Amino acid sequence: MTGTTSGGRLDLPRYARTDAALRTPLSYSDYRSTGLRAPLRTPVDLPHRLTEVTRPLLGEDRVRPEDADLTRRLGGEAVGQRIIVHGRVLDGDGRPVPHTLVEVWQANAAGRYRHVVDNWPAPLDPHFDGLGRVMTDDQGRYEFLTIRPGAYPWRNHDNAWRPAHIHFSLFGRAFTQRLVTQMYFPDDPLFFQDPIFTSIPEAARPLAISRFDYERTVDHWALAYEWDIVLRGSDQTPFETEDDGDVA
Amino acid sequence: MTRLQPTPSATVGPYLAIGLTWEGGEFVVPPGTPGAVWLRGTVFDGNGDPVSDAMVETWQADPDGRFDHPDDPRGSARYPGFTGFGRAQTVPDGDYAICTLKPGRVPDGEGGLQAPHVDVSVFARGLLDRVVTRVYFADEAEANAEDVVLQGLPEDRRQTLIATPTDDGYRLDLYLQGDRETVFFAV
Ligand SMILES: [Fe+2]
Repeated sequence: MTGTTSGGRLDLPRYARTDAALRTPLSYSDYRSTGLRAPLRTPVDLPHRLTEVTRPLLGEDRVRPEDADLTRRLGGEAVGQRIIVHGRVLDGDGRPVPHTLVEVWQANAAGRYRHVVDNWPAPLDPHFDGLGRVMTDDQGRYEFLTIRPGAYPWRNHDNAWRPAHIHFSLFGRAFTQRLVTQMYFPDDPLFFQDPIFTSIPEAARPLAISRFDYERTVDHWALAYEWDIVLRGSDQTPFETEDDGDVA
Repeated sequence: MTRLQPTPSATVGPYLAIGLTWEGGEFVVPPGTPGAVWLRGTVFDGNGDPVSDAMVETWQADPDGRFDHPDDPRGSARYPGFTGFGRAQTVPDGDYAICTLKPGRVPDGEGGLQAPHVDVSVFARGLLDRVVTRVYFADEAEANAEDVVLQGLPEDRRQTLIATPTDDGYRLDLYLQGDRETVFFAV
């Protein structure tokens, strides 16, 4: 029963808690669905122990090479503007996060999801299912080939439209780093009226927007966007004993 | 050293099933594994209505309290097929169900032991970030009484984290809001 002995001190990594001013808040009244769903009590700080600094080793067996290409599904080619979406997964210390699962999902070029509750009058694409998966490489890089998603309407407020976006899900290397987010495209004219976008504190909004990447476009083939994703870094609050006056 | 600002979170939205459905995701151990239990519950909103478009993810130690991960220096090897990770959607009635092995006690890293627990993330439309909670077990009263996290909570709120035994495992309902609001953690 080695596992039930306390094992004394363990030298565990520590993860930084994100400044609340840079985090998307749970309650945001302009986004109506938060009303009955966002917890109202102040969350309790959970110390980072073994459960929080580990994570599932997922991946390779769930990801096939063709999962990185969303443009050829169900026996044909998707309609729309073909784009390469690529970038790096980093932690807050600037270190790449290698061999971690990246899951994406998105609407088709007309702004319609292949989902039973999406039935607004835009066409489905018989060759687009909107699902992609890749593992980052040993430098933390990821890359998908997809089509640019369309904007779509929803019922949050009168004439509400979601700016074009791709949903991303990441695990990082620890439970504390788990992130689900959305990638936007530069200069979208719909940002101003979208509460899912405006719920992001202003200082953090640029981090949710990809960059048009002319260098990575492919002649007669695809445009390209670059988006780096930053997961939580280590907690570098210095120990008192390290305070030797060197503050450079 | 470079400090980069973390990417802000966003809701999974109503169409999470497209991207996050895994065949067999609810099986932390393969079906039929000796000792397997079902951890079940319902996710409720502030009106007391089931949340039928959420996803519940679980992460936990094995029955020896170990993790198969480089940051657990002890490793884990004794439970073939055990992944520690479960993912279940609450479609169509707000219920989740995870087939797993009950975790063992996990060292707190400072010489003590935590009670057996499962870390849980809930994702849904209307949640702009995941919310995180823990499942503890009612039949671990002694260990629970020594658990620093659990004992740090007011007694009436502690109960929101304690799963009760059922015919095939344990049950814990999750309340996103309201009088019975589950204790959620900042991680
Ligand atoms: Fe969406």
